[in-house]
Amino acid sequence: MTEFILNQKKIVTDILPTTVLLDFIRREQKLTGTKEGCREGDCGACTVLIGELINNKIHYKTVNSCLVPIGSVHRKHIITIEGLTENGSLTPIQNALVDEGGTQCGFCTPGFVVSMTSYFINNKNYDVQKAINTIGGNVCRCTGYHGIIRSLNRTAELLNSADGKSHLEKLISANIIPEYFKKIPKQLKEIKSAKFKIEKPKYLIGGGTDLYVQKWEDIVNSKSLIIVDKKISNEIIKKENEIIIGASVTIEDFITNKTIKKYFPQIEEQLELFGSLPIRNKATIAGNIVNASPIGDLTNILLTLNSKVHLEGKKKRIIPLENFYLGYKLLNKKKNEIVTKITFEIPPKNFQFNFEKVSKRTYLDIASVNSSIGILVKDNIIQDVRISAGGVAPIPLYLKSTSEFLTNKELTSQNVKEATQIAFSEISPISDARGSAEYKKLLLRQLIYAHFILLFPDKINAEELL
Amino acid sequence: MKNIDSVRHVRGESIFIDDIKIPQNTLFAYVFYSSIANGKILEIDFSEALKSKGVKGIFSAKDIPGENQIGGIISDENLFAENEVHFIGHPIAIIVAEKYLQAKEASKKIHIVYEKQKPILDPREAAKNDSFIIPPRVFQLGNTDETWQNCDYIFEGKVDSGGQEHIYLETQGAVVIPFEDDLLKVYSATQNPTAVQRTIARILALPMNKVEVNVQRLGGGFGGKEDQATAWACMTALAAYKLKTPVKLILNRQDDIRITGKRHPYSSDYKIGLNKEGKILAYEVTFYQNAGAAADLSPAILDRTLFHCTNSYFIPNVKATGLSCKTNLVPFTAFRGFGGPQGMFVIESAIHHAANEMNIPVTEIQKKNLLNENDEFSYGQKTKNCFTIKSYKLSEEKFDLKKLQEEVDEFNIKNFLVKKGLAVMPITFGISFTTTFLNQASALIHIYTDGSINVSTAAVEMGQGVNAKMKRIAAKILSVDESRINVDSTNTSRVVNTSPTAASKGTDLNGFAVIDACNILLERLKKVAAEELGEDDWRNITFKNEKVFDENEPTTLTFVDVIKKAYFNRISLTAQAFHSTPNIYFDTKTNKGNPFSYHVYGTAIIQVTLDCLRGTYETDFVKVVHDFGESFHRQIDIGQVEGAIVQGIGWMSSEELIWNEDGKLLTDALSTYKVPDIHAIPKEINIEPLPYDKEKLLNDEFKDQIGPLNSKAIGEPPFMYGIGFYFALLNAIKSFNPKLKLKYNSPLTPEKVLMMLYENNF
Ligand SMILES: Cc1cc2nc3c(=O)[nH]c(=O)nc-3n(C[C@H](O)[C@H](O)[C@H](O)COP(=O)(O)OP(=O)(O)OC[C@H]3O[C@@H](n4cnc5c(N)ncnc54)[C@H](O)[C@@H]3O)c2cc1C
Ligand code: FES
Ligand code: FES
Repeated sequence: MTEFILNQKKIVTDILPTTVLLDFIRREQKLTGTKEGCREGDCGACTVLIGELINNKIHYKTVNSCLVPIGSVHRKHIITIEGLTENGSLTPIQNALVDEGGTQCGFCTPGFVVSMTSYFINNKNYDVQKAINTIGGNVCRCTGYHGIIRSLNRTAELLNSADGKSHLEKLISANIIPEYFKKIPKQLKEIKSAKFKIEKPKYLIGGGTDLYVQKWEDIVNSKSLIIVDKKISNEIIKKENEIIIGASVTIEDFITNKTIKKYFPQIEEQLELFGSLPIRNKATIAGNIVNASPIGDLTNILLTLNSKVHLEGKKKRIIPLENFYLGYKLLNKKKNEIVTKITFEIPPKNFQFNFEKVSKRTYLDIASVNSSIGILVKDNIIQDVRISAGGVAPIPLYLKSTSEFLTNKELTSQNVKEATQIAFSEISPISDARGSAEYKKLLLRQLIYAHFILLFPDKINAEELL
Repeated sequence: MKNIDSVRHVRGESIFIDDIKIPQNTLFAYVFYSSIANGKILEIDFSEALKSKGVKGIFSAKDIPGENQIGGIISDENLFAENEVHFIGHPIAIIVAEKYLQAKEASKKIHIVYEKQKPILDPREAAKNDSFIIPPRVFQLGNTDETWQNCDYIFEGKVDSGGQEHIYLETQGAVVIPFEDDLLKVYSATQNPTAVQRTIARILALPMNKVEVNVQRLGGGFGGKEDQATAWACMTALAAYKLKTPVKLILNRQDDIRITGKRHPYSSDYKIGLNKEGKILAYEVTFYQNAGAAADLSPAILDRTLFHCTNSYFIPNVKATGLSCKTNLVPFTAFRGFGGPQGMFVIESAIHHAANEMNIPVTEIQKKNLLNENDEFSYGQKTKNCFTIKSYKLSEEKFDLKKLQEEVDEFNIKNFLVKKGLAVMPITFGISFTTTFLNQASALIHIYTDGSINVSTAAVEMGQGVNAKMKRIAAKILSVDESRINVDSTNTSRVVNTSPTAASKGTDLNGFAVIDACNILLERLKKVAAEELGEDDWRNITFKNEKVFDENEPTTLTFVDVIKKAYFNRISLTAQAFHSTPNIYFDTKTNKGNPFSYHVYGTAIIQVTLDCLRGTYETDFVKVVHDFGESFHRQIDIGQVEGAIVQGIGWMSSEELIWNEDGKLLTDALSTYKVPDIHAIPKEINIEPLPYDKEKLLNDEFKDQIGPLNSKAIGEPPFMYGIGFYFALLNAIKSFNPKLKLKYNSPLTPEKVLMMLYENNF
């Protein structure tokens, strides 16, 4: 049985846990305000809010309901557009969209309303750029977005003048969310944690953001295991000189984690280029690694950090991430093995890091080429360096020869130039929808240059490189 | 006053096709289509698929009781392939099952054997093979042949522009419910309800009065549902008719992208001749339109390319040739601008090319050649009330173009890795269906005894706000509160023989019909009021804000009082009016005439910033002076301009259709076909309305040259401001790589940009 609250309604259902949440909402519950625009997480028309109790406090985030298995929403609060108002009134966000020309055909609009609401739920102080990032997963083909941005600004002004003791009360008094939200935590606590026991699951589902795009039709009819709660850790722990990342840590948790931010201060901004917020809210680290896409952004980063993959099957194994990939979507992993955690060493002092990604559209797109670098320079000598490259080989690639070439070399433009030539010998890009092989090769060169120009502006002269 | 439709939208209450409450016994359909681009069907066997779980029927060409034909302009497109397939996505059959996934599953069990033939994908190759949809079209003015010798400069070149997928957020679909006596009720997401009705009748060999098509609204259209919503409604109707059960068909996104038409890719050759001063003396251009495998609307779209081949410029000697080339790709179709953008992109490229070779600013050539009053277009029409120069000048002044250019130049000197580029894009866009007979519409208005009003027209609401505009027009003419008025769905039983809602003409055509119908009612009501008030001349009666005035003096009568009186006096409270655009004609033999009732003018200034290390870019601003006429719904009109600009920039930047050599579309999902997201938009869009000379507007000479309430059409024209993006970016690239050999090949994806930046350094 899956139990959860849908808007104000308690749902208890024995529907297959692999059922797509969007289908349950639209077909079973006949709540047609949530729309289907793509079924691959790329349009946001299906966006809903999910509230989850963490340490007895409820946290709301947006997800693409087209990629969410219903089994994963047990003991959670789902809010659709229909759940945001109680009595035929409009919330300030809805009012603003009407008044500022934020809606034309209306098909994208409920998704926007939900995403915009999530921004105001989760942010006490308004920052328009952050607000835009929050709704970056919602595509509108009609308005050109300017009316939507005006609506954000207008709502923020209104919320500013609302009163209330807590942020929640402020939200309620401003009518951004309805009164009943207050009662939800208590109702959720009454639902017992779920226990799924599935013999020989056909698929192991993390966030589902790859699986539900690639194979949803097969999954919905199959017995599959959804990774719930404590099965695999979703925590990031610092232990001695290591950082341990639970396999079901999501990308969003990763980039907003204090420890990660301490060592990689730019990563939060850099990984805003990973999918969209609702995707990052679901996508897991293990999923990114096991999906084995050559352009996996997180995998790319973890390669430069010399990460280790911890596997658990009949036995436990630990292997370096760079040895995890054997060929296109071929892994050094047995069928019954699961990834339990990823570990890497805490970077030394003076360590520098950069991540570069270029795609056809800057945000919410898969990289044409991505690259990371982790580098330690002392007295103008490169003590240690690891560079990775995505989109230029059948696997997420660690540029071994390139990195080795640069190690112990002087930090000069000439050496960087030569390094790119070595990188060319390590790659084998193909032409596809994300660019021609020739382009990807050139782009990798540029991204390697970008690492050095950005990290060592005093030492590396761009005009010399180009 | 809130636009009621948007209130429903923000609450998620607006009903789209997929949201309609359907009867319990509704079956679901899936389209089975060709997986090869060209060839014969040697064998096809449905027997295994028919046995598949839940399947209730599979229908293909042989099951069609009427004609297997859906071609509108030319009868060259079958609903289902018969012996041959001509593109990947060519529909072969429709499978109907209890559940959608069952139908889709069954499609995998259809046994089919093809004999493959080499597909033709490139329009120039098609032209070499004489593979044309229609004979060549040629528009001519003056004599180019004799002019070349007088030119100081002659430049020739090639321009390519990519196609564009509509990505209306609501995919195509239909629900068909059969009723007694063969009557079919069709819910279709179409811009063209009459075409759906006519074609279903044709397929099923039924009279048109057996088919009722109802359209509540579309989740975006942009031209993609003008001709190409028809097939899906026809298939659904066929299945519903055969099985006597309601059937629903919704294309999933990937199928929608694969098997429905898009904006036409074009490849073109130009030759432009100028004198020393930069005056264009002659222009020759040949357009190779990639029409795809069937005509669809391609001939009409090609014509509009020719109509707009000189954009905002007067060129005394023009020869423009249009070739509609038949290839093995999905039949391409209408998309905002309807061929106009493709034509304008070529002339702007030619001017850019000339300016760069002559080493003078592009704006200098642009300005020397802008259209003046009474200048002749290549199709014989002369400009009237022409604001080309006015809008250009105004944008220069208002936005201080000179300063903007100086700032860009200075920035580019100071910065090595980041460059800026600036471009000016004027537009002159003709309004009317260039197929003259389509310029007709009607409105049906009912007033009920409680004073509530129902307005029906031929216009389809797809986000462009036509319903809100119809409401506003009716409220203004009747001088009542907008809350009295309901704009009903578009229904072929209420308003018949309609033209598609397209060509930016929806508001113009239907708005005038609404005005006429309101005036008919108003006259009747005034007569009733006059009688009631003992006024001899009903012309002295006026309605103002729901109240009745006699010789401008208030009376105690209200609008609702008069309605009630009219009813008891047995006066009809229903009016129907028909409107057709006056004084337009076009002779397709001489290609001369007066096809447009007026033009829309405007000028945009666009600035981009280019990251020369990575090849990525941003649009800093688009500043526009735009000719709205007198906007009577400012919010909607601004929204149309903003949306169109972003879509236009999308066409020029990240929206790239890539086919492999087998004719398979590689960018067939939102993950690979990238429309602008919220981060990709211009940081600033500044829209200034072109001030209007009211006196002139009301002048008799011009009274037919404007839309209802002195407004002008808004849907398409601003799309073409986006073309300026290409040149702004090209200028930025050139400033990093001065040796660049200029290329005109849109879209300018980050890939093309990087390859151009490092053309001589990689
Ligand atoms: C719209 C959209 C945008 C995206 N953008 C990006 C992007 O910018 N960059 C990027 O890198 N990726 C992107 N992705 C891809 C995807 O989100 C990531 O790869 C994500 O990390 C996958 O994680 P998941 O938990 O959702 O994987 P799932 O779909 O749940 O699983 C993926 C694979 O991993 C396996 N798996 C999951 N957990 C485990 C485990 N613990 N042990 C063993 N196997 C496991 C599954 O069985 C499956 O084979 C995008 C996806 C979408 C839909
Ligand atoms: S339907 Fe497009 S993101 Fe879910
Ligand atoms: S309003 Fe049409 S897609 Fe946003």
